[in-house]
Amino acid sequence: MTLLPALPILLPLCGAVFCMLLRTHLAAQKGVALLFSVLVLGASIGLLAQTRDGSVAVMNVGNWAAPYGITLAADMFSCVMLVLSGLLAVSVFIYACFDLDTERIRFGFFPLSLILLMGVNGAFVTGDLFNLYVWFEVLLTASFILLALGGEQPQLEGSIKYVTLNLLSSALFLAGIGILYGMAGTLNMAELAHVVQQGDRGGLVTMVAVMFMMAFGIKAGMFPLYFWLPASYPTPPAAVTALFSGLLTKVGAYSMIRVFTLIFITDPDFLHVLILTGAGLTMVSGVLAAAAQYEMRKILAVHIVSQIGYVIMGLGLFTPLALTGTIIYLIHIIIVKTNLFLVAGAIRRIKGTYDLHELGGLYKERPGLSVLFIISAMSLAGVPPLSGFFAKFTLILAGLNRGAWVIVAVALGVSLLTLYSMVKIWTYVFWKPAPEPLPDRITASGGKWLAFLSPMIAFTLLAVGLGIFAGPVFDYAQTAADQLMNSDAYIQAVLGGG
Amino acid sequence: MEIVLAIVVGTLYGCGLYLMMRRNLVQLIIGLALISHGANLLIFTAGGLRQGGAPILAEGDAAFAQIPADPLPQALILTAIVISFAVTAFALVLFLRTYQTVGTDDVDQLKETDT
Repeated sequence: MTLLPALPILLPLCGAVFCMLLRTHLAAQKGVALLFSVLVLGASIGLLAQTRDGSVAVMNVGNWAAPYGITLAADMFSCVMLVLSGLLAVSVFIYACFDLDTERIRFGFFPLSLILLMGVNGAFVTGDLFNLYVWFEVLLTASFILLALGGEQPQLEGSIKYVTLNLLSSALFLAGIGILYGMAGTLNMAELAHVVQQGDRGGLVTMVAVMFMMAFGIKAGMFPLYFWLPASYPTPPAAVTALFSGLLTKVGAYSMIRVFTLIFITDPDFLHVLILTGAGLTMVSGVLAAAAQYEMRKILAVHIVSQIGYVIMGLGLFTPLALTGTIIYLIHIIIVKTNLFLVAGAIRRIKGTYDLHELGGLYKERPGLSVLFIISAMSLAGVPPLSGFFAKFTLILAGLNRGAWVIVAVALGVSLLTLYSMVKIWTYVFWKPAPEPLPDRITASGGKWLAFLSPMIAFTLLAVGLGIFAGPVFDYAQTAADQLMNSDAYIQAVLGGG
Repeated sequence: MEIVLAIVVGTLYGCGLYLMMRRNLVQLIIGLALISHGANLLIFTAGGLRQGGAPILAEGDAAFAQIPADPLPQALILTAIVISFAVTAFALVLFLRTYQTVGTDDVDQLKETDT
């Protein structure tokens, strides 16, 4: 037994504790937060390397053998998500060091973000449903405070909607856990998979599955449960929104993928078709809502909904190829979407606004920033040879193989509308001449500016790299998807001693 | 006994959802609290209402003398109660701050973020 699966949880906790001890030393807090996020990333990469061959890293907390104790189990899919969350934390922390106001840092942005990271990583590695609930609460509580931090009126109003719906989703999740425990007598995911697939319990399993779908659907932002998202995500500063968009909805999607590939696979004709329908409606409603917006940050935030549709589409199709597509899409979307939020935040930092009508002429003024934006935007829309193209291509190929023509048509149409939204931002912010010239609020040049831009440059290179090296990425995602589809290895690894 | 508790759980959920759909912030949070109580009671009921001894083995015993009661649902509920206590406390502060900033406790007036 090794400690490695627990490190992505323990390291952020240590970091948060140190940050809280250094409450008044803001510069030291920045350093500690950066150091620990790099350590988390390192531990996640170590875990990724360990599970590369398709093994599952299992750790029984306190040496209580599964299914009696709490099990941490990291398979390839978990590890990929861990690495992405670590990467995201590092880059958002670099960004926040420059952009976030001192007031928010003084009130604990860094310790809260580290706690959020701990909750997210915990959700990625846990092998126990109740433990998953606890990690959800950890990350939710941290996110509640991060969202309200600063106390501006839109933030508070957005927080109320966010808090209410997420608490309702937690209550549903908890109720589902209770019924599942009464039915199966265990909450260890591997044992649950085993028990649920054995006996014929008829509609009860499906009913519990729908409760889980609702609970995770609210957290992931799935149609028709996403209304808290456009109300709350665009309200906090760009650093917080980038962190949320990359981590929170993705945890919901991850959990949904986990339980609907491991436990609730008894009734795919109903459940996965329901998910697929939800996916299609999610894509369409998200992209249409985004098309109506004229504020950069809002367009991007509402677009998260439509991206979640693509992620869930792969789960709904429920074939190895479709899940491969889902995993590639998750990698792609976390990198690209975060980058778009960071670039939007950088524009706001120079010009002081997100409004498409007020901005303009940035292509002339800031060609470098424009390149960073356009590469990510085109990748989001799915233009080859960038990362989004291969993710969408895999998903659509999987749809065609299954003969699911409707969802393929919807996915392609939504892609086109995504392109419309991105081109809208491009034309308004970068191409059109500024209606009245906005003076730069800061001197945006020199080494410090370059350091500020470094996470965006890294993400842009990653988006290009994912497209160029699509082969190895595809192979990895395919192995991870096979592991998800054939859960026997996971069950064996957890229950067969650790 | 299960029937009685099932009715109680249903009533708690019903009242909670009704209160959540009212326009008042205070009623909203009472509704949330009722729903989390309902969920806790649901775990308790679904976990099986059996009478039995404490699930502790004396040293040297190989098996329980009588079938013990299942302690896990209580442990789960205890955790859930602690969490919902913390979250409700936070929500109360948030709602108070909102009331002070916006100047109303009418949920329908919180339209700043709607466009």
